Amino acid sequence: MSDQTGLPITHWQRLWLYAVGGFVLFFLIAPCLIIVPMSFSDSTLLQFPPPTWSLRWYNEYFGSIEWRDATMVSIKVAVMTTILATPIGVAAAYALNASVLRFTGIINMILTAPLIIPVILIAIGAFFLYARIGINNTLTGLVLAHTVLAIPLVVLTVLSGFRSYDMNQERVARSLGAGRLSAFWQVTAPQIRFSIISGALFAFTTSFDEVVVSLFISGGETTTLTRRMFNALRDEIDPTIAAISTCLIILSVLMLSIAQILGTKREN
Amino acid sequence: MTALVTDPGKDVDVGSGELNVAELKRNARNEIWGLLGLCSPSLFLVGVIIILPVGWLFWLSLYDENGMLSFVNYERFVEQSSYIKTFLTTFKVSFAVTGACVLLGYPLAYMLSQIPRRAASICMILVILPFWTSVLVRTYAWLVILQRKGLINNLLIDLGVIDQPLALVNNFTGVLIGMTHVLLPFLVLPLYASMKSISADYQRAGMNLGAGPVATFWQIFFPLSLPGLAAGVVITFVLCLGFFVTPALMGGGRVIMWAMRMQQTTSLYANWGAGSALGVLLLIVTFGLLGFFNWLLRGQIKAAWGGK
Repeated sequence: MSDQTGLPITHWQRLWLYAVGGFVLFFLIAPCLIIVPMSFSDSTLLQFPPPTWSLRWYNEYFGSIEWRDATMVSIKVAVMTTILATPIGVAAAYALNASVLRFTGIINMILTAPLIIPVILIAIGAFFLYARIGINNTLTGLVLAHTVLAIPLVVLTVLSGFRSYDMNQERVARSLGAGRLSAFWQVTAPQIRFSIISGALFAFTTSFDEVVVSLFISGGETTTLTRRMFNALRDEIDPTIAAISTCLIILSVLMLSIAQILGTKREN
Repeated sequence: MTALVTDPGKDVDVGSGELNVAELKRNARNEIWGLLGLCSPSLFLVGVIIILPVGWLFWLSLYDENGMLSFVNYERFVEQSSYIKTFLTTFKVSFAVTGACVLLGYPLAYMLSQIPRRAASICMILVILPFWTSVLVRTYAWLVILQRKGLINNLLIDLGVIDQPLALVNNFTGVLIGMTHVLLPFLVLPLYASMKSISADYQRAGMNLGAGPVATFWQIFFPLSLPGLAAGVVITFVLCLGFFVTPALMGGGRVIMWAMRMQQTTSLYANWGAGSALGVLLLIVTFGLLGFFNWLLRGQIKAAWGGK
């Protein structure tokens, strides 16, 4: 008897379903699982399991100025994107949540456009615009473009936080004499803080992992990690990338864990 | 209560007797301007960095090389066979990837919706972790797994299944596997959410009335899961159409998809008119599909839930 649905179907009868589901889960997770041991290989050939173990490719990664510079650019851009996208995204979500605006629907549509418009078109458009105003290959340009990509994610995450929050609490604070900002800061923000942090995490990941736009508008000294990886992958399968990938997977696991913990806290 | 929450201008209206109408109107107006002000930084950035250049490209696509107004950039799509081939490849890949995602994703989502909540949330981590991992990392992993001397070929040769390594990458197969892996969560997540909302009472009622497990699934669960499936399919398909990274890296130059064509036309040949026209058409197809299915789905959802 399946304990959740209470259907008269035994687990035994569902064995095929568990087998198929398990296979699909394996398909999803296998690439991440395989790349980690491979990064500790001593060989230039990507064999599995590696014949001998070493930190060779990590030395290669951390020892290379180009890779290190690219990593620093990506971190800088991601941090600045998070700092820029989070407050303006929260502000927009606050206004959309009030939904007294006649144009809420249109504003919503504009702010989610970066999610719907194919990213290749955004990339070409940004490249075209930046060429006119001369901010291709600059950190400013990268941060602005990544911010725009991150805004819908911040807005949607924070809006879902507002949904489980009673705005009357803020109104009470204001009727007791608090200004709008201090009412938000002291009453609302602490209660939706987990959504805000999740939104910030989304913004960081969006920027850090972004490939297509960076491919067009970054270069030279502002080459991002993803752009350098893309170019390296196009030429050959360099094992250094296994080491970098492992670092990125660890970062994803870290971010996901924080997001999950925040998610469960938000539910409670 | 909802009126109180959504309209702060009104909650003063309700109780008190004598009110200064002008004052209230001014308050409401200030409120609206304040809220618009809060939206404006986001709206400004999205407007300048996305909507303005896309509009500009749209404008460019209407001019030929001599700066004359013409449809030459669009006429090329039906005249030149290389463009037609690109579109055909794109749709072929998109249908194949979406099909593969449905075949893999539906059983997974169904399983997740039927097992206990705790087990489902653990399995869910395995779906979301790749979702949070860079596309490049996953593409690289697949290149390593699928290459000539890669994991799969070595395994199959060791097992004696094949003599010569299979060409699994730098071709259609590679693109199909790589893209399916990247896009599968986009199908599974909405599908799982909609399956979770199907009450087990319906299935229980069906079985109580004498239907076997198979009939219960096909006659009760499957139709109820269709709106969620359709939503996932449309999202996956639309993302496929504009996909760049995986086909560029795993297609070996043999699988030229729409987005790659746009990149080549603009960066390699600096033909902005032609590249823009490709972009505009992609945008129209994307919006068209999303709009059409949004309209269609609402009908289906309404039908499924008795017009609620």
